[in-house]
Amino acid sequence: MKNAIEREIPENIVWYDTVINYATPFEKEPTGRKIAPLLKQVKPSENKLVNSIEELIQKAGLKTGMTISFHHHFRDGDYILNSIVEKIAQMGIKDITIVPSSLSNIHESLVEHIKNGVITGIHTSGIRGRLAEAISNGLMEKPIVIRSHGGRARAIEAGEIKIDVAFLGVPSCDEYGNASGKGANTICGSLGYAKVDAAYADQVVLITDDLVAYPNYPASISQTDVDYVIKVDAVGDPSGIASGATRFTKNPKELLIAQYASKLIVNSPYFKEGFSFQTGSGGASLAVTRFIKAEMKSKNIKARFALGGITKPMVQMHEEGLIEHLFDVQSFDLVACESIMKNPNHHEIDASLYANPHNKGCVANQLDIVILSALEIDVDFNVNVITGSDGVIRGASGGHSDTAAASKLSIIVAPLIRGRIPTVVDGVNTVITPGETVDVVVTDRGIAINPKRTDLLEIFKNTDLPIFTIEELKEKAQKIVGKAKPIAYLEKIVGIVEYRDGSIIDVIKQVK
Amino acid sequence: MQKLRRTMMYVPGNNPGMLTDAHIYGADSLMFDLEDSIALSEKDCARLLVYNAVKSMDYEGMEIVVRINGLDSPYGRADIEAMVRAGVDVIRLPKTETAQDVTEVEKIIEEVEKKIEKEIGSTKMMGAIESPLGVINAVEIATASKRLMGIALGAEDYVTNMKTKRSPGGIELLLARSQILTAARAAGIYALDTVYSDVDNEEGFREEVKLIKQLGFDGKSIINPRQIGPVHEIYAPTEKEIDHAKKVMKAIKEANEKGAGVISLNGKMIDKPIVERAERVLELAKMSGLIKEGE
Repeated sequence: MKNAIEREIPENIVWYDTVINYATPFEKEPTGRKIAPLLKQVKPSENKLVNSIEELIQKAGLKTGMTISFHHHFRDGDYILNSIVEKIAQMGIKDITIVPSSLSNIHESLVEHIKNGVITGIHTSGIRGRLAEAISNGLMEKPIVIRSHGGRARAIEAGEIKIDVAFLGVPSCDEYGNASGKGANTICGSLGYAKVDAAYADQVVLITDDLVAYPNYPASISQTDVDYVIKVDAVGDPSGIASGATRFTKNPKELLIAQYASKLIVNSPYFKEGFSFQTGSGGASLAVTRFIKAEMKSKNIKARFALGGITKPMVQMHEEGLIEHLFDVQSFDLVACESIMKNPNHHEIDASLYANPHNKGCVANQLDIVILSALEIDVDFNVNVITGSDGVIRGASGGHSDTAAASKLSIIVAPLIRGRIPTVVDGVNTVITPGETVDVVVTDRGIAINPKRTDLLEIFKNTDLPIFTIEELKEKAQKIVGKAKPIAYLEKIVGIVEYRDGSIIDVIKQVK
Repeated sequence: MQKLRRTMMYVPGNNPGMLTDAHIYGADSLMFDLEDSIALSEKDCARLLVYNAVKSMDYEGMEIVVRINGLDSPYGRADIEAMVRAGVDVIRLPKTETAQDVTEVEKIIEEVEKKIEKEIGSTKMMGAIESPLGVINAVEIATASKRLMGIALGAEDYVTNMKTKRSPGGIELLLARSQILTAARAAGIYALDTVYSDVDNEEGFREEVKLIKQLGFDGKSIINPRQIGPVHEIYAPTEKEIDHAKKVMKAIKEANEKGAGVISLNGKMIDKPIVERAERVLELAKMSGLIKEGE
């Protein structure tokens, strides 16, 4: 059967009791209650500290067939996931489903553990590298499930992801389980994704390389949620966790895209005193922040808040008084990591507060403008950020669909062509973000406004910005690089793309 | 309306990505290079690539200039033949020192135009003056052919020949710039200034652009899209200049309607040079997006 955006969705999917097809962004309403964590007792004399990973796994009661979670605040510097899975394999435990908030290149050793039957399920936001390639080539029996950051928080709170044990690496914590994003050896700033796991998992274990005296306050994860604590030699490679260098792009194409995007923003009705925005960490996105900053200064406009992954340019604007509040679910660089520790209005938020569509209102709902990237955009404005032009998984859902749906103005920035690959196409390989939540596409060769935004079309009717229809952009791309042959897929479904509300928006098939 | 040539952007002829993208940044002209930026082993490859790019890409009406190898090299003749066939707007000669340098190239262009039945004279030329001899001969070069649309200074070789190097203030180029500019004006053609190679030094670049604008150059050869914005910004007329130009044009129009012989604005007589300056200001203002067509 086809869903509302004409994507073929199977009637039965192994992970779901009932498959609900994507309809419209806010059609699926939640019912029932949030799940609750287990009641527990820790007596005054009891100690949470354990001595070895093996003991930790035993005490947490991990058994074959269970579900475990991790966070991705350590990005490409993460040592936790690999070492825990390695130990689980050594202990002979099998058939484990992992639900990390995202996966990086560093996790490619999972390929072996999938082959030997230790890992049989993956629910995550993104996968890259050799692991992603292997999965796209049919490595796993059960399809992986791709969720947005808000969607993952929703699924955990709704009990659709039941975490048996959450293995959470933290830069520092005390023996009783108060954890912080800053430690003696590593710093990751916000622990926004880990907070949700800590609040709902049956067993919560903290892994640190900086065990400090009680109380480790202020704490991102609280002692009331934590079962066990272990000290290891190293939780991660600091250089892979947060880099000090913020890339100020000199790429003329990225700068051109950023110039167009900021012109659009500045001339939109949302650019006014007290506005709010979110940008990504890509070159063009960061450059937009730079251009907007200059415009805010010259027009004497201040932003009420910035949201999302927080970067150095945003911190600088905050410290210069141009942004009042920073809402930080993930600190992208060292400057952001340090700012959250010292600036009182740089707030750590969890993934549910960030973007969960099924609580009583996430911060994204208050967001005016979001700037997002794309691998592909189609003539219906659907956006793909997960599969490449070869059909292979190589990206992450992230907060893309969350903020596109929740914000007042969602802007996609991307070059019109990458090498010989067109970005604007007839139909994207995989839909992560439905076109009805995308307002504007900005490329280096022109801008397209979603026809349903008649208000924006009217505003930009007499502008000197190069406005085209999305079909015209597609034709421009085709004129240069030609029309690509369709990707050859096999029948097997290797990935399920869940929309933020829990409905199924698309599937990813095995590449031939 | 006279064509604006504030920015003429170098694009290495052997880089497919750049040949595909060069026009999106809004330079006034593109200059595909077959000469100094191309290694000897890549000469024919660049020629082929530029030929096919010009034939097949849609540069949306942008002026295409190609810098060819000199006729003293084994590549010059083939470059000219291919570029005329491709239909480029302008062929730029490197290291022009004499009127003969110009006429020799012109002869070959004309031969090719005849062969392919292209309108004779439709391929324009431009001479780059890069040596003391060229500077001395600037006038004879500038007037050597009707095809010449402009001459340009190439400073790197020139300063080496002059036993000096480039300085921030550019004092060492004062004579060359003035001579080339004056020759161009005497011949009624465009004058373009040399490149500024330190792409990351925007401040120094801006200073140089201000200088050459004040001298009277039409524009500058540039090597990076990031240099386009500053040049166009500096060349853009001020609000005051635009206002004045509009008043001049209005006074002219009114005087013409009335059939008045002598025209004055605020008590000052408006003569031909003032009208020409006003026209140029308005033209620049339109190109810079400061006023709209018909204003």
